[in-house]
Amino acid sequence: MNDPLWLMLVKGVLVFVVLVLLVLFTIWYERRVVAIMQVRPGPNRNGPFGLLQSLADGLKLAFKEDLMPRTADKIVFIAAPVIAVACAFTAFSVIPFGPEVSVFGIETELQLTDFEVSVLVILACSALGVYGIVLAGWASGSAYSLLGALRAAAQVISYEIALGLAVLAVFFQSQLMSTGAIVEAQAEGLPLNLGGAEITLPGWYFIVLAPSFVIFVIAMVGETNRAPFDLPEAESELVAGFATEYSSLKYASFFLAEYVNMVTMSALAVTLFLGGWAAPFPDSWWPGANEGFMPLVWFFGKVLAFLFFYVWLRGTLPRLRYDQFMNLGWKVLVPVSLVWLMVLAAMNIGLDTGNELPTRIAFAGGAAIVVMALIFFWPSRKPYEDPAEPDTGLGGFPVPPLDLAVPPNPRSLKQLEPANTSAVPINGSRSTDEKEEE
Amino acid sequence: MIELAQADLAQAASAGEAVFFWILAPIAVAGAVGLVLSRQAIHAALSLAITMMCLAVFYIMQSAPFLGFVQIMVYTGAIMMLFLFVLMLFGRDSKDSMFETLRGQRLLAVVLGIGLAALLTAGLGRAVSGLVVAEPSGPAGQGNVERIAEALFSTYLFPFEVVSGVLTVAAVGALMFAHVAKKGGPRGQREHSRERFAPGNYPGPKPGPGVFATSDSTATPALRPDGSIEPASLSEYVPPRQLTAAEAAPKHTEGRDS
Repeated sequence: MNDPLWLMLVKGVLVFVVLVLLVLFTIWYERRVVAIMQVRPGPNRNGPFGLLQSLADGLKLAFKEDLMPRTADKIVFIAAPVIAVACAFTAFSVIPFGPEVSVFGIETELQLTDFEVSVLVILACSALGVYGIVLAGWASGSAYSLLGALRAAAQVISYEIALGLAVLAVFFQSQLMSTGAIVEAQAEGLPLNLGGAEITLPGWYFIVLAPSFVIFVIAMVGETNRAPFDLPEAESELVAGFATEYSSLKYASFFLAEYVNMVTMSALAVTLFLGGWAAPFPDSWWPGANEGFMPLVWFFGKVLAFLFFYVWLRGTLPRLRYDQFMNLGWKVLVPVSLVWLMVLAAMNIGLDTGNELPTRIAFAGGAAIVVMALIFFWPSRKPYEDPAEPDTGLGGFPVPPLDLAVPPNPRSLKQLEPANTSAVPINGSRSTDEKEEE
Repeated sequence: MIELAQADLAQAASAGEAVFFWILAPIAVAGAVGLVLSRQAIHAALSLAITMMCLAVFYIMQSAPFLGFVQIMVYTGAIMMLFLFVLMLFGRDSKDSMFETLRGQRLLAVVLGIGLAALLTAGLGRAVSGLVVAEPSGPAGQGNVERIAEALFSTYLFPFEVVSGVLTVAAVGALMFAHVAKKGGPRGQREHSRERFAPGNYPGPKPGPGVFATSDSTATPALRPDGSIEPASLSEYVPPRQLTAAEAAPKHTEGRDS
């Protein structure tokens, strides 16, 4: 990246503008899509198709009174939303939008910055973003905020581990840690030699690293505190979680950070697993599809598809209970990612034609055995067994039998006596009607 | 010509580095001072986080980007976050006890602290002064990450594994201290049912707080669904007393029931 200073500034401003616009669009998009899923119109008043609804909401939030609780820690209370927003926006700076293009005679890549370990920037930013949540909860000086912050932080930290392990598989496979280079690495197909037959798999990592992709997508939803993992601010159960005491622009900035994180995570998933800005069809179909500014269409199309997926999840799945959620993270996602990483490493050695044949067979076979053992010995819940005989209880006290059959409801069996009710007016309204007629 | 350009570039890079250093170094030092001086534990933790992040930027400037970002992720993101967790649960108003059990320890601490600082400054200054920043060694074309990976997984493999083993043992040990083993398995429907119908236990549901109450006075007992008095709702400090017939009779105060 050897851009002149003005180009860097322009790119920085553009990334900011694109993110803010995407957030405004995403809020509208989410509300409309969820509305369609629930058979109702959704916001449709402000602007064409209600597109300006989120802008109006944002303006309204900005003009609300800015409250600060008396027990709040002033500096930290103000710093928390700033940290959240700054981390959310910074993470997007390493996402590649497209290949090299020519802008006013300067060859430059459609990416704010890229370097050797740029994927780590996103992980570091999401690690720092937790500070925004935790400090917001603590600085509010309220028990609700504190508990909400603890829930949120525990959730984000737990799912960060699964997320990092999923990203690690991409590092393994590509041997790269730079976003731009990973996208380029996915452009090449993966040649596979199966018993003499040459097959070229598509290079996108969501095929080769399917388990990692699944884990990444689950962890990404957990990481961004979105339904069905929106436990920190479970709308129908809790008061806004860590943001209970926030109002006006400070509250809006938490909202903004959440949606920016959603967009960033979608963009990261697209970059790491779905080929980034590459067109979703072979090059031979349309030779110019991956050149110039055209890849922007593919990139944002994929990101929007991911955002749709987020909304779809929200519209479909019920919220998890906290312990179920933590069990899923620590007892399923993390162990599975660890085993999958070992299997992946062994398979890479096994499929590498540079190694000796016994080594290759040993590693590939070992990996296969581990996978089989995992499937075989995966702990499952003990199935329920019906008791052989009913429990007679202790010392003659009545104990309801475990196979209790509920007797029929006597009310539903009772026959209604035929009564001569037709002559009597049933309700007052009918009688008034009759009076008016008179 | 090329050498000259490279020298220019190096000079520019070092100039940029110097600018960033002189911006960030005071912030790092301020964070360290804030850690010592701040009254609130959370503020101290935040100051430490700021210092850590400044250090991470220094690493990145010294062309060790991997180390810098791992520093942010591991130290600032994970370890400081754990500290914050613990501090948050202490409550905001808990203050350190300022009572001194050792006489004169403050003076001693100040003297020894200054001595240590002088020793460290002198030692480090002598060790570091006159050093020349060298190009990273190893074969050309190898990146920062590859070099670290090679060092970790060849030269330092054994120490690395030992350290990770020690950390795991420490974590498991801490868990063992905090863990309280549950006696027996989870109680099933049968056990719950037996307990409920055991002699001396009222088998019906306990009255919910305030559900059947017409008054929040401690003198008013809660009623069970069948209308009898729930003994658990009676205060043991207020002796139960039944009104006599004369007390319970109407007092003719309202002039209605003559």
